[in-house]
Amino acid sequence: MAMEIDSQIALPTRPLANLQTAATILCCNCGAEIDGTTAAGALCNDCIKLTIDISQGIPKEAVILTCRDCERWLQPPAHWVTASPESRELLALCLKKLTGLQKVRIVDASFIWTEPHSRRIKVKIVVQQEAFQGTILQQAFEVEYVVNYKQCPDCAKSFTANIWRAVVQVRQKVPHKRTFLYLEQLILKHSAHKETINIKEVKDGLDFFFAQRNSAEKFVDFLNSVTPVRKKTSQELISMDIHTSSKSYKFTFSVELVPICKDDLVALPIKLAKQSGNIAPLGLCYRVGTSINIIDPQTLQTADISTPIYWRSPFNSLADVQELVEFVVMDIELTKIQKGRFHLAEATVARASDLGANDTTYFTRTHLGGVLHPGDTVMGYHLTGTNFNNPNFEAIEQSNTYAGGIPDVVLVKKSYERKRKNKSRNWRLKRMNKDEGELLPKKQDQDRIERDFEMFLRDVEEDTDLRNTVALYKAQQKRERDKMEGLETASAAETDETGDDDIPQIEMDELLDDFDELNVDEDGQANG
Amino acid sequence: MAVRAQFENSNEVGVFSTLTNSYALVPVGSSENFYSIFEAELQDVIPICRATIAGTRIIGTLTTGNRKGLLVPTSTTDQELQHLRNTIPDEVKIQRIEERLSALGNVVCTNDHVALVHPDIERETEEIIADVLGVEVFRQTIADNVLVGSYMSLSNQGGVVHPKTSIQDQDELSSLLQVPLVAGSVNRGSSVVGAGMVVNDWMAVTGLDTTATELSVVESIFKLGENMGPSSINTTNKSTMVESFY
Repeated sequence: MAMEIDSQIALPTRPLANLQTAATILCCNCGAEIDGTTAAGALCNDCIKLTIDISQGIPKEAVILTCRDCERWLQPPAHWVTASPESRELLALCLKKLTGLQKVRIVDASFIWTEPHSRRIKVKIVVQQEAFQGTILQQAFEVEYVVNYKQCPDCAKSFTANIWRAVVQVRQKVPHKRTFLYLEQLILKHSAHKETINIKEVKDGLDFFFAQRNSAEKFVDFLNSVTPVRKKTSQELISMDIHTSSKSYKFTFSVELVPICKDDLVALPIKLAKQSGNIAPLGLCYRVGTSINIIDPQTLQTADISTPIYWRSPFNSLADVQELVEFVVMDIELTKIQKGRFHLAEATVARASDLGANDTTYFTRTHLGGVLHPGDTVMGYHLTGTNFNNPNFEAIEQSNTYAGGIPDVVLVKKSYERKRKNKSRNWRLKRMNKDEGELLPKKQDQDRIERDFEMFLRDVEEDTDLRNTVALYKAQQKRERDKMEGLETASAAETDETGDDDIPQIEMDELLDDFDELNVDEDGQANG
Repeated sequence: MAVRAQFENSNEVGVFSTLTNSYALVPVGSSENFYSIFEAELQDVIPICRATIAGTRIIGTLTTGNRKGLLVPTSTTDQELQHLRNTIPDEVKIQRIEERLSALGNVVCTNDHVALVHPDIERETEEIIADVLGVEVFRQTIADNVLVGSYMSLSNQGGVVHPKTSIQDQDELSSLLQVPLVAGSVNRGSSVVGAGMVVNDWMAVTGLDTTATELSVVESIFKLGENMGPSSINTTNKSTMVESFY
């Protein structure tokens, strides 16, 4: 056949070197003719493979221990390591388990796939060792590991009550929960709560429990970096071994947030006001970052009160968001003064409740010149006719310099008319799983909590700066439900939205896809 | 005839014994087995001498000899020398050698005609070897090993050399010795063939670990097949010989 002829032509001539390496001795084991000058110890290669086992002394079976709960592996004597199946870490662990591997050189090691339920791990190891002088033997063999369970001390601890080592008590002494709602979002966004073993809701705040002191310290540092806080550390001796002087403590970090919130009316101590750029002592808190930002709505002058300065002469808010009343802008005139997003304007407002009853109007200067138009409703503090029981405010009233500067009305924010209370939002926020503890909310508390949350959601909608610091997610369920209900509802919703287009909306591209949706069930509803 | 033997759990037969065509030396051992093996083959043929050299039993390593003579190192005591003279035949010359390389069995490999010696051996020793053993002496190495006595086993019929000896070296040695040579091993792959076995023209004793393959190589190169020994005169060939007498 043509093929055979071709192959014969292609055959190379036999190299001369082959003749040089003629057989000189007989293999002492099998009698095969081999070249004694290159052979190892008068044995042919087959006999070497058959008779010499370099894996001798390496156990072919071993037991490795894993914790059923945290799925970590025991690295003797007392170290528990995380390693996914068939990972490098697990391979290293397996190889460390074998005694006698030090005598040989490991060339290769790999997992052989086994059924996970078999509780067996098989590793193929290739080793090299010098069998005779100048003869290196390579051999592959399998080692079978039996996976046994052993509960690790950490898990054993976690199954016992009262195992926390450190607790961070976050408190803010204000009548509403807005700051905590915001803090919750910040914690969620930065995953700062990852190492907590429990979060408990208590009066005026939250308790975060940690298994390690370091995690708690880290959490406190995180709080320090996002909010104005005061920290106090204390420790309680749990037990002490007098022989070794080893002690165990429980650590408590008491973290108190500044009780001033955004949109609060504050009366600064006059001394502090003078120190802070000689700002007028009556101001609005327009932002709470790591420090308190205060604006004087009369002049748009701002002051930044850092946490240590605040705690040197602490003051409470004069009035908070719950005391806001609704005003209607009768007339507004912009001035030329502008600072960032604030435009100073001179406005004439009337209380919304007074409309139709009397003609009382109030003249005031406001920083909201950029957003207010005649006819708008606006929320503000009504100072005339309000009795404040605040020493700082009294000091202002009595001072010659500042008493005349107290306005009748301080406008705080534009109010949007919301047709439905539970307007369907196209976005949602994640919540943390909290342990309410013994403080189960009463009916009126429940209402208050809902109101607080609604207020917070509105804040998020209205304030871009605030929105940028939290993670918003697409409300998937809502949309699917809309889809199922059909076109009519969708069009109805559309008309709804066109009706109040004044209300700030959040663009879809600002929202995140929620990948946890499939397994985390927050509303108690089954997610398809 | 090639037989396997062990001296007190050691396979290194060549270390513990010397075998020539006219006498055999075995050590004074605690076990009679080793002696019995020699006795079974050599009784009434050649004298078997139980000896020590300098009080040790490694007589194969320390002595070398052939049909015509026996060389012992300086460390041999007078009493031991006298015992050797009394036991082995009178025509065998026994000579004590003043040689720095005193393990004569390791540095000299000889048959009845030619001897290979360590390249660094003294001139006087070389002359004594030639005189006492009646051989031509060549300074040689075997597969780059200077211990020719350890790595080569030689009789008048043939010889076995270190397994790593190349064909060229074998040819060269073979032309010097005028006997066929083969590379081989004893004691299951041991390359120290000189120390692992003793051989004369009709018998060989190897270590107990020696495999059948190795033994067959030894038997074929030393021509030790059945009916080759002196005793065969008494059996198969007897009738023909007797017939020729008459």
